[in-house]
Amino acid sequence: MSNARANILARLRAVAPQDTVAATEPVAPETELGRADKVARLKRLMENMHAEVVVTDSQNWTTVLKDLLRQRSLNGLLCAPTTLIGTTLAESWESDLPPLVGYTEAVEQSKERLFTIDASITSTKGGLADVGALILWPNPDEPRLMSLAPALHIAVLEAAKIHGSLAEAIHREGWAQGMPTNALLISGPSKTADIELVLTFGVHGPKELIVLILND
Amino acid sequence: MTQTTVDFPKNFKKALGDGQLRRNLRAAMDTLGLRRRTLFSDPEAFEQLRARGDAIRRRALSKLPELLEQLERKCTENGIQVHWAETPAEANQICLGIIQRHDATRIIKGKSMVSEEMHLNHFLAEHDIEALETDLGEYIIQLDHETPSHIIVPAIHKNRDQIARLFHEKIPNTPYTEVVEELNAIARKVLREKFFAGEVGVSGVNFAVAETGTLCLVENEGNGRMCTTAPPVHIAVMGLEKVVERLEDVPPLLRLLTGSATGQLITTYFNMITSPRKPGEKDGPKEVHLILLDNGRTKIWADPELRQTLKCIRCGTCLNHCPVYTRLGGHAYGYVYPGPIGSILTPQLEGLDHAGTMATASTFCGACEEVCPVKIPITDILRRLRAESYNKADSPNAVKGHGYKVNAAESLTWKGWALSNATPWVNALNAKLLGLLGPQLPKLPGPDIVKKWTQSRALPPFAAKSLHALVKEKGIADE
Repeated sequence: MSNARANILARLRAVAPQDTVAATEPVAPETELGRADKVARLKRLMENMHAEVVVTDSQNWTTVLKDLLRQRSLNGLLCAPTTLIGTTLAESWESDLPPLVGYTEAVEQSKERLFTIDASITSTKGGLADVGALILWPNPDEPRLMSLAPALHIAVLEAAKIHGSLAEAIHREGWAQGMPTNALLISGPSKTADIELVLTFGVHGPKELIVLILND
Repeated sequence: MTQTTVDFPKNFKKALGDGQLRRNLRAAMDTLGLRRRTLFSDPEAFEQLRARGDAIRRRALSKLPELLEQLERKCTENGIQVHWAETPAEANQICLGIIQRHDATRIIKGKSMVSEEMHLNHFLAEHDIEALETDLGEYIIQLDHETPSHIIVPAIHKNRDQIARLFHEKIPNTPYTEVVEELNAIARKVLREKFFAGEVGVSGVNFAVAETGTLCLVENEGNGRMCTTAPPVHIAVMGLEKVVERLEDVPPLLRLLTGSATGQLITTYFNMITSPRKPGEKDGPKEVHLILLDNGRTKIWADPELRQTLKCIRCGTCLNHCPVYTRLGGHAYGYVYPGPIGSILTPQLEGLDHAGTMATASTFCGACEEVCPVKIPITDILRRLRAESYNKADSPNAVKGHGYKVNAAESLTWKGWALSNATPWVNALNAKLLGLLGPQLPKLPGPDIVKKWTQSRALPPFAAKSLHALVKEKGIADE
């Protein structure tokens, strides 16, 4: 083992503090939006980024979902069997729909399936109205690859959980007190502009993102 | 790291003569600039935001040793293994050690400028380890054995025809297509298999939060998430200046980064990693390593003016707005970091004696400073580096390789200049001589700097009589 750590810190410590640091840092005032405005703004911004956003409610979202799935030809829908979404779907699933597949085993046992299934559905921790993004904190029920490996990702967002901004979400929910293994902001399907700056969607992650906003 | 000295004049001439390159660049740089202006359309709001970005970065740098220790402590608590490296060679060895411990040979990489600084791929290849770039732009240039020509859009020097030919030639069974969507789909198919099989993922870090021990990655494609999620081991490499103090410092920096880089409100993905897979979790790497690389940054940090260089968040917008970069592209600079930020960072990392010429690749128009989201005084630092090129004195803060331009002929010339201006009769004689011989100067034997200068410029005519003499003739009192 080298002495890199000690050497680096010694070099830094050998210098007396000498930079001017602002006593107060300017903070832009946040505009407080009502729920309807937040929903509308998030929807508009995410649609600009090629997400499909449907505003529905907790009574009707499964019907909306089933219609969307019937328009596509999918080999399965990856879901978390034990969550509210998972149990709700299982109760009313129909035989003409793509089969529900649980993410129940560790990736080492299920990688093949994760990389070949067409679609997944997850919950979200919230949304960000100012930039149009979803907040996901993957967990043992809804692991990280669910929102990444399948070509279609469907996310369910409760309108009440849409924050004005990331700064507001971090502050109000006290993120600094305990960050999860992985926290994500997602603003649309995977995209790239690496060839001549031509924007194209679906490069490595999901090609399609559908957001169901439950606006009760 | 051994670096051969780059032949800038030759590179610049070649780049300027490459019509295809200049067309590719012009279109892209104008678009990126326009997108940025559209996003930051309110100058007052932008000034306020970047004042905050500047303050956050300054505060972080002012506490650098404490924050690095806090970051290490928090990461360690979270289960992330932290490694320190003084040189790229050390960082490469650490990477290799981790990879070999896992008997891995297939590495998948997300975009990382620090790994370019380390020449990691080349190093791993020497040890029979394939490190595959998975960002589309990086994948394209890796296929063509090139280096990135831009910090954000690494393959921007190529157009679709060139990429179509490259894919057709280098990827087996690939038909020729110039349709961007189809090129995209080809890369997706190839790389998905690699994501599936990758044994170790390597990524960079955009911000590391000391308060929580969180590594933040900004991207659009999802390849970064793949590299940090699918393989059992994740190695993150970062320059040690990338640390920020608090989680709440992240949102303004994120906005400045995505807005400045590509004019986006936010990228598709913002990926915050705080620990390896915990018991009960079903995916994510079981091991996460963070390598903190110095490579001369502590030396830069020691000087209050040069330290401002380390505020950089690598948005690349100074490249997009630079009249020199937009005509040359990144390769002509010959080093990993091109454009205005490269021109101040590279000479400090590599030494003025190697890369000092980069500090002369500027018109001092100041566009880079006007757009810099963290207010780096780029032109001041450029001037400082130019001055240091002639500074022989060994002060502790002198830039590595300083004084490389000092030469006897030039010193003598300036001594003569000083003498001439302090001694009236020498001055009068010189004025007379220049009036007579001035037009012949480029043809005379002597320092060829005069010839170089007049090769592409008209020589200003010297007056037959000096101002001094004319004033005297007219009988004006010249006291």
